[in-house]
Amino acid sequence: MRRPWLWRDGRFISREGSDHVTAATQERLTALGLTRDRLLEMYYYMLLTRRIDERMWLLQRGGKIPFVISPQGAEAAQVGAAFAFRRGQDYFAPYYRDLGVNLVAGVTPREVMLSAFARGADPASGGKQMPSHWGNRKLNIVSGSSPVTTQLLHAVGLAQAARLRGDDVVVYTACGEGSSNQGDFHEALNWAGVHRLPVVFVVQNNQYAISVPLSKQVAGGSVAARGPGYGMPGIAVDGTDLLAVHETVREAHRRAREGEGPSLIEMRCVRLTSHSSDDDHRRYRSPEELAAVRERDPLTRTRKMLLESGLITLEQNEALERRVMAEVDDATDWAESQPYAPPEFALRHVYKED
Amino acid sequence: MAVLSFLEAVREALRQEMRRDPDVWVVGEDVGRKGGVFGATLGLYEEFGEQRVQDSPLTESAIVGVGIGAALYGTRPVCEIQFADFIFPAMNQIISEAAKMRYRSNSDWSVPMVIRAPYGGGVHGGLYHSQSVEHYFTSTPGLKVVVPSTPYDAKGLLTAAIRDPDPVLFFEHKGLYRAIKEEVPDEPYTEPIGKAAVRRNGSDIAVISYGKTLHFCLEAAEELAREGYEALVLDLRTLLPLDREAIVEAARRTGKVLIVHEANKTHGIGAEVAAIIAEECLFDLDAPIRRLCGPDVPAMPYAAPMEKFYMLSPEKCLAAMRELAQF
Repeated sequence: MRRPWLWRDGRFISREGSDHVTAATQERLTALGLTRDRLLEMYYYMLLTRRIDERMWLLQRGGKIPFVISPQGAEAAQVGAAFAFRRGQDYFAPYYRDLGVNLVAGVTPREVMLSAFARGADPASGGKQMPSHWGNRKLNIVSGSSPVTTQLLHAVGLAQAARLRGDDVVVYTACGEGSSNQGDFHEALNWAGVHRLPVVFVVQNNQYAISVPLSKQVAGGSVAARGPGYGMPGIAVDGTDLLAVHETVREAHRRAREGEGPSLIEMRCVRLTSHSSDDDHRRYRSPEELAAVRERDPLTRTRKMLLESGLITLEQNEALERRVMAEVDDATDWAESQPYAPPEFALRHVYKED
Repeated sequence: MAVLSFLEAVREALRQEMRRDPDVWVVGEDVGRKGGVFGATLGLYEEFGEQRVQDSPLTESAIVGVGIGAALYGTRPVCEIQFADFIFPAMNQIISEAAKMRYRSNSDWSVPMVIRAPYGGGVHGGLYHSQSVEHYFTSTPGLKVVVPSTPYDAKGLLTAAIRDPDPVLFFEHKGLYRAIKEEVPDEPYTEPIGKAAVRRNGSDIAVISYGKTLHFCLEAAEELAREGYEALVLDLRTLLPLDREAIVEAARRTGKVLIVHEANKTHGIGAEVAAIIAEECLFDLDAPIRRLCGPDVPAMPYAAPMEKFYMLSPEKCLAAMRELAQF
C-alpha cells in the first residue's frame, strides 16, 4: 500500500491527502468499540495535554508561575484510561501528573490555567494549592494532596460508599511506581481485594521516583506482579500504546462494573521531562537515555499510528494543532487576567461556614 | 430515662444515628461480629448487617483513609481505632487529608467523619494501651477534638459529632467506660461541640480538666470544700476548638487556676489554656497558673507501682488544689 506520508528526519512529510483507513486498523477499532471520531477525540486530548504542559513550562521558565509538574510521556496512559470511564457517573481520585485524565473528565484548559496562575476562581482550590493538585466536585474528581498515594485509600472509600448506597460507580485512581511502595498503596489494594470493590488502580510507571530508578524502588521490577497477592489481576501494558491502554482499562472497568472486583494496571510509560520544574534530570540521566526515551514519546507514536492507518491526514493534524494552540493561548491569556483571591481568604473554609 | 454506663451511651448514640440515617456506618477492627474489643458496637452487626458494621483489615491508615473516601462520597463513616495508641499509622490521613480537605478544595469537598478512639491509662495497658494522644491533633486546624467525661455527654457529643460537617476525633477514656453511670435520655439529642461545661460552682479556685481526670477533680473538690475552699470545676469537653469564653470566665471568677490532664505536661492542652488566660485576663489572677499533668516520659509503664506513680488520682488533685487555694 502506498502510504499518504513519509517519515523524514524525525518529522512527517505529506505525500498526499487520504481518507483511506487500513482494514487492520478498522478491525481493531471495531473490536475496541471505538469509532474514528472517538479515537481522534482521544488524540485531541493527548495533544491538548501536551501543549498545556509545554505552555506551563514556558510560563514557569518565564517567571510567571512558580511550579510545574508534567504528564509528558504519560498522555496515552492517561487519556486511554480516562476514556474507559463514564463522565459524570464514575469517580476519579487522580494523582498529580494526571492532567490528561482531568481534561477528559471535563476540566477545561481555562480551569487548568487558573490553577497554574493560582487565581481565585481556580475550581480545584481557589489558588490555595500548587498546580496539578486536582479536584472538582461537580466532575466527581476528588481533591488531592502532595503526600503520595493517600488518594488510593480515598478511591476505596468512594467505592465502598457507592456500594453502600447501591450506586453504579467505578473509581479511577492512579499513582506512580515510586508511590507503589507506600503503605497506603498496599492497604488500599488489600482492602479493595477483600471486598471486591469497583476500583481500577493505575500505576503510571515512568521508571523514576524523582531521581531514583525502578531498580532501586521496586523489588522484582514489576508493579503488576503485586496484583495477584491482593486478589486481583495485575496487568502490565505498554503505556505509550494508546489502544493497548484503552483496551486494558476498558476490561478492568467492565470487571469492576460487573462485580468482579478491582484491577491493578501497570502502565509502562516514559518520563520526558524532569520530575518537576525544580529538578534537572540531566544530573542523573545520560544523553543516550534521554534520546532513547524520546523515541518512545506516546504522542509521536499515536500520531504516527493515525497517519499510517489513514485515520488522519497531515492537513487535519495541522488543523488540530492550530485548534489546540488557540485553546491554550486563550486559556493562558484569560487565566492570567483573572484576579487572585483576596489575601484574607487564607482564613476561609477551615470548617464549614454558616 | 435509663441509667447508662459511658460505654452504653456511646453504643446508644451509634445505634440511634444509624437508625436515623442510612448513610451512617461504622468501620474498624473487630467492630462487627465481636462488637468491638470494649463492646462499643455490640449488637450493631446483628441489627444493621456487615455492610454498615464493617470489620476492617488490620490497617489503621486504611480505616481512616477509606473513611475519608466514603465521607467524600457523602456517607457518614464512624471509624474506630481500637486503641488511641494505634492511631499513628493513620496520622498522615488525618493531618494531611481529613483536616485539610475542606480548606484545600475551597470548601468544594468536605469530610464529615468521626474517628472514635479509646485512650488513657490506669488499666494495666503498658506503653501502648494507655496513651493520651489528644495533643497531637489539637494543633491541627480543620479537625475537631472532643473528649467527653460523662455518659450524658458521650451520647450527646457523639451524636453531634456524627452530624457534624467536618472531621471529629472522639476520644473516650477507657477507664470511664464502665466506671461511670448516669441517667441518659432515651431519645436522640446533641450537645454542642466547642462548649465547655461548669460541673461545680465555686469562687476560690478554678480547676479546668476533661475526661477521666475531671472526675478526680470533682472528688477532690468535695474534700476541699470540707476544708473551707469552694472550687469551680470546668469540663472542657471539646479541646479543639477550645471554649475560650468559658475558660476566661472561670479564671476571672476565681483568680486562681489549676489545669489537670493525664497527658504529659509539655505542649499539652494546659499550655494552651494557660496562654489563653494569660492573654485575656492576666491581671485578674491572684496566683500563678498551675498545671497538674502526666510526667514528661514517653508513655505509661506497665508495672503496677510505676503505673500508679504516673497516673493522677483524687489525692494528687486535692494536694494541688489545696496548695493553690492556700496561695
